[in-house]
Parts: sequence; C-alpha cells; structure tokens
Amino acid sequence: MMKIDSQKALAAAFDAAKGELALRCTSAHDINSVKKDILCCGGTGCHASNSVELMDNLRKYIKENGLENDVRVVQTGCFGFCAQGPIVKIMPDNVFYVQVTPEDAKEIVESHIVNKKLVERLLFVEPLLKERVQDYAKMSFYAKQERIALRNCGLIDPERIEEYIANDGYKALAKCLFELKTDEVVQEVLNSGLCGRGGAGFPTGMKWKIAAGVQADEKYIVCNADEGDPGAFMDRSIMEGDPHSIIEAMAIGAYAIRAQRGLVYIRAEYPLAVNRLRSAIDQARECGLLGNNIMGTDFCFDIDIKLGAGAFVCGEETALIHSMEGQRGEPTTKPPFPANIGGGYWGCSTNVNNVETYASIPEIIRKGAAWYSKIGNWQAEFDENGNFKRTISGSAGTKVFALAGQINNVGLVEVPMGTTLREIIYEIGGGVSGGREFKAVQTGGPSGGCITKENLDTPIDYGNLTKIGSMMGSGGMIVLSDKDCMPAMAKFYLDFTKDESCGKCTPCRIGTRRMLEMLEKICDGNGTEEMLDELESLAKTITDTALCGLGQTAPNPILSTLRYFRDEYLAHVRDKKCPAGTCQKLYSLTITDACIGCTKCKRQCPVGAINGELKQLHVIDQSKCIKCGACIDGCPKKAIVKG
Amino acid sequence: MCCKKLSEGAAAKFAELDAFIDGLGIDRNDERRRGRLIQVLHKAQGIFGYLPREVQIHVAEKLYLTEAQVSGVVSFYNYFTTEPKGKYCIDVCMGTACYVKGSEKVLSEIERVLGVKADTNPTEDGLFSISALRCVGACGLAPVMMVNGKVYGKVTPAKAVEIIKEYKELG
Repeated sequence: MMKIDSQKALAAAFDAAKGELALRCTSAHDINSVKKDILCCGGTGCHASNSVELMDNLRKYIKENGLENDVRVVQTGCFGFCAQGPIVKIMPDNVFYVQVTPEDAKEIVESHIVNKKLVERLLFVEPLLKERVQDYAKMSFYAKQERIALRNCGLIDPERIEEYIANDGYKALAKCLFELKTDEVVQEVLNSGLCGRGGAGFPTGMKWKIAAGVQADEKYIVCNADEGDPGAFMDRSIMEGDPHSIIEAMAIGAYAIRAQRGLVYIRAEYPLAVNRLRSAIDQARECGLLGNNIMGTDFCFDIDIKLGAGAFVCGEETALIHSMEGQRGEPTTKPPFPANIGGGYWGCSTNVNNVETYASIPEIIRKGAAWYSKIGNWQAEFDENGNFKRTISGSAGTKVFALAGQINNVGLVEVPMGTTLREIIYEIGGGVSGGREFKAVQTGGPSGGCITKENLDTPIDYGNLTKIGSMMGSGGMIVLSDKDCMPAMAKFYLDFTKDESCGKCTPCRIGTRRMLEMLEKICDGNGTEEMLDELESLAKTITDTALCGLGQTAPNPILSTLRYFRDEYLAHVRDKKCPAGTCQKLYSLTITDACIGCTKCKRQCPVGAINGELKQLHVIDQSKCIKCGACIDGCPKKAIVKG
Repeated sequence: MCCKKLSEGAAAKFAELDAFIDGLGIDRNDERRRGRLIQVLHKAQGIFGYLPREVQIHVAEKLYLTEAQVSGVVSFYNYFTTEPKGKYCIDVCMGTACYVKGSEKVLSEIERVLGVKADTNPTEDGLFSISALRCVGACGLAPVMMVNGKVYGKVTPAKAVEIIKEYKELG
C-alpha cells in the first residue's frame, strides 16, 4: 500500500482500490459472470463453526478447477445472521448460502461456480413463508435493516485497508482535516443527534464539546471496547469486521477535541478482535493515516491498545480509566468527569466513547448531520443557524441490537430508531423459536429490564425504553418464552452483578448479595409474600444510594420483573410452584402410564435414577434424580412429566 | 495465595518474562510506569499459566511497585488466576443467551463428570479445569463451551461429555 500523504494521495488510493468492490456492490443476479467473489464470514461465531476450513476447501477446489484467476475467496466480517452461520455469499450473483460446512465446498464450486447451477439445499428457508430465498435483500431478516455502523461488516476484508478505502474509507477524516474547523466537526456531530451507543445515551456531540472546551496540552480519546453485557456482541463484530472505521472515527474525534493520543480498551476475551484491530492500526501507520503529519497536515495522532482483564465494572468510564492506569478497576464519583482536568487518564482531559458510536461517525461526517438526523424518530429544536438546541422526542440514527435467546433468527440487526419491538422480533427475528409463546424481551442486560407483550408496539428509542421500565443499554435483546421463569432470570442477573460488584460501596457490595439471597429463597420455594415487599424496598434503596451506574442499575431486573410478573413471584411464594417449570426445587419428574418400557430413559439417565424392566412401566427414584431432564428429551411417548 | 513450587524450567520462563519487561523500557522515576502492569501480568500468565506469589513479587520488583499493588490488581480481575490450571481449560459460557439456552445444565454435567467444581482446582490428574465465563460473543451458537480457546457451539450435556472424552483420550 502506498503512502497517503495528501488529500490527492487518498483520492488516488481510492481510485486504485475501488475496483476491489466492483463485483460486490451490485444488486444484479449475474450467475453467469465469470469473475466472482465468494464472501465467507470470518467472525468468531462462524470461525467456531469451521469457516476457516471451509475457506481452505473452497480455495482448493477453485484451484483444482483452474479458476483461481477469476474467482476469489474473501474472508469478511460478520454478516450478522449468526444463527445461520457459516454464511457464504457469492457476488455478483447475489446468492446467499447458509449453514455451509467444509464438505459443501466441493458442491458449491462444481455446481454453482462451474455449472452455474444453484445449490438449492443451502439456500435460506424463510421461517414464516417456508420458502427458499436466494437474494439476501429479499430476506425478512435483512429487508427492514438499515446498516450504517455495520456498513462494512460482511462486505469488506477487514484485514485489507485497500477495501476499507474502496468503500469511501478515510474520506471523512480528510473532509475534517481539509474542509472543517475543529468546532465545526463538533457541531456536526451534535446536530446529527448521535447519542452514546454504549448504554447511557448521552449526546456524543455534547461530550465532544465539553472535552474540546478544556484547554490542555495533553488530551486523550478513548474507545470503550469492554463489551461486558452478556448477550451483546455488536462491538466485537464491528471490531472484527470493520476495524478501520474505529480508527478513522477516533482520529476524527481527536482532531475535534485536539487530542494527540488514542487508546482502545478492549476485552482480553475477544482475541480475534484484538488481532484485527492491531493489524489495522499497523496498516494505518504504514499508510501514514496514523502518526505524525497525517495526510500532510500538522495533525498528529496515534492509537495504542490496552487489554482488559475481565471486569464488567470497567465498562464504566471512570473505572475503565483506572484500569488503563494499571489499577483496580473501581469507579470514582463524578465530577470530576473524565473530560475535566484531574478526572481522566493520568489526570488529563479524556473523552470516552463506545465502539458502535465511533462506527457511525465517519458516515455522519461524510454524508452530513442532516442526513443522519432524519433517520429514526428524532424531533429536535434548532436555532436560526440550524444548530441543535434541544431534543423534543425520539432518537436519531440507527441502533444495532443483538437478538438472542428464544428466537429463530439469532444475530445482529441494525434498525432505525423508532422501529417497534414487534417488527424486530416477528419480522426481522422470525418469531419465537420452537413455536413457543412470547413472554418478554430483556433489554439492557444486567442493568436493564423487561418489555412485555403490551409494549410490543412501542417505538424503540432511549426515552421510550426508560419510560416502560427498561433501558437501551448496549443493545442486547434476549427473547424469553413461556418456558423461561422470570424470578429465575432476575436471580441470574443478580448473580452476575453480585460477582461483578467491585466492592467499593456498601449498597452494591452487600445489597446485591442480600437481594440474591432473597431471590434464591423464592426460587427454592422458601420465600414469603412479605419478602417481595422487602425485596422491592431494598432494590429502591440501592438504586438511590449506590456509587456508580453498575450498582444503581443492578436492581432493575428485579424491579422490572416485579412490576410486570408479580403473579409469577406470587406463584413461587404462595403456591410454591414455578409456572415456567424451570426452578428445580419446585417440581419433580414422574413417569406416567403412557410409558411403554422402551428403557431409553433408563439408558439416558446420567445418575441411574430410573428403574424398570423392558416393556414394563419405569419409575424415577426421587432421591437420586438431579432433574436434568435428559429423560424427557429422550422419551418417544412423552411419558415423563414435570409436576 | 499459591505456595506450590514452580515447575522445572522456571528460570527460562523468568528469563522470557524479563526480556519482555526490559523491552518496555520501564523508568523507575516515571509515575506512569504502573500503566504497564496489566499488560505485563497478561504476558506473565501467558508464560507461567498462572500468577503464583513468586511471579507477582518478581513483577512488582521489575516495575518498581509494591507487592500489594500487584496483588490488588491480580485479585480484582477475573482473568488472572493464582492457581495452576489443568492441561485443558474448559470454559462454559454463562452469558444470558447461553443461560436461557440451558448452559447451567451443561456446566453442572461437566462438574459432575469431572468431579470438580468450576473456578476451583483442576482434576486430580491435572488434565482439566473448569471455569464459568461471561459471554464470548458467540451467542448465535448458544450454549457455548470452549476447550483451550476452541469454541464448541450448541452444546448439550451429552455432547459436552463426549467432547471431554475426546480430550481425555488425547491425554
């Protein structure tokens, strides 16, 4: 790659690289094209399902058929449709194959590439229509999405800067350096309405304005990539699939607030993301897009990576800064805010934003605030110069959600703000899996709450989610069905926050433990009705008194489930029953007369708790049974019941 | 705190760690030298497999920090361990997506089969240790377990037992 030392050089690099994506940026269905790009998902999820071996096999068969000059196998970032991985997309044919195994490579090459014949069995079947679809734009999973933060994921090879540049990469940075003053960049971000995508939803432009207003020689810009919310994986996907967008956005932010150094604080549990980011930083340095005198200007900026070490609380910005300084990741009270002198990294003014926030910024700068602010349901008041004054309602832009749990289409989806939950779950997500009944969606992870059936048609934005007792959080959406027990879900989250409480303040350290103990009693059938009131009052006290966001929001899963599912709690404490049938202490397994004595359950029982001879009724020894349910899954007559 | 003797070859391991730390150019008068601590501990755990007391003391000396400062950091973060791990580290994801898909049953089956609890000592033969882990971000494959970093998706209790058996045969 050549050195990019001026705006002209970037234009030349773009011209040289744009052919790279020619086959991929088309809506044609050209199965007869000789030249083809075979795109394979190279994200963590698909790697785990052997996508690396699949790519090796594809390359091998392409070579065997002498096609290596015309057909390329490209490892891209995540396509988002994780439930169907590994995914193979063939361009310019616009054919989307799902759940492809390494053994399918031969057929794909011989049938599709050589004989121009679709491999029907690998096409995706729409769960509602039961039809096979070949074009990804026609799949209900993708049709309603608007991909801005995820624009390059599943399109470019994240390990090649050329492909990022070919899709207009680094043009936004050039626009800032050559056309916009620093305060104009800040104003543009402010006018776009972009808010922090990590959880709290503070306006990004406001954050930049505060940091830009601090007069100091040494300032830092930090990317918070400590994605700790279990069940959310958009930040990982962006770093794995489009690392240069983070680098470009951090450089833009550094220019706007006049910082010289950037730091990415990233989880050690994400080795692939760390590697991709490292190699992207190296490439950007080689091209002169990081370092001294970027694109021939006097703007100097570079980025370092700081590894986390597994602590959820480090997602809180003051805790994150302490962790980067090599200390225990304990939060401190604000003010001073990180942007203030004395509040940031080594006491310097520091601006912290989340990965997804950064990923949206290059597009906002390139296409303009007016373009972004019209996406979503944002209503705001502007002054006579068109500058942002205040938000009236709604939120601007798009948000990435990680759909998981009891849903057909598990994966990452990016939708405009204001989309309803019903659209996300039933249209994009393909409905609840296993034909189960929808019960609730948990959003906002351990700090969030539940959204129930009644609120399925609420447009999703920061304000509305808070109003109905949940929160946006980082965008994890766990779909729960009638077989999920709500007190047990609250217990699960409290177990998490109890473990992750840093121990600094008493309400969180001791309070989360006491709440967990009460929930354990409730789920074991030892709870009382008074305990529910006690639990609620303790939860409210902790919300009011804990030091940081982790403690203040830890009671949310309890408050929200008590609000919407009090009847389930009452069933546990009054009738000692678990309506969902998941609390092990509240049911036992028995075999009914439907048993044909096939001995299958007896063989499957891991603890030898089932007795009975062939063709005779079997019996479960309750003293030995561990209620694992292996017998239920194995029984051909559904003769084993919970009760 | 662990007081077991470090295995043979410790000298070579300390030499490797020292070479890494020396390459960082630590200046004892620089108050920001502490910012390197977590990075050094990652390296040390990569070399030794865990962070026993003598390694912590060594790191403290090399970075001109107190042992308490190092120990405070090691004990705070889940990623660092002061006990040796088994040859095969089994991580069971207990993130929300995996939890609602039944990872608790997978974990308790693994604990039962190996006879040790998660986040405690390895099995007696030193082959396996179990950890409960929070989200590896492969939620599409829930429930997920990992053995030495290799991810296994859509695991059932029975499948987990088979995976363990494979590693047991490898020895």
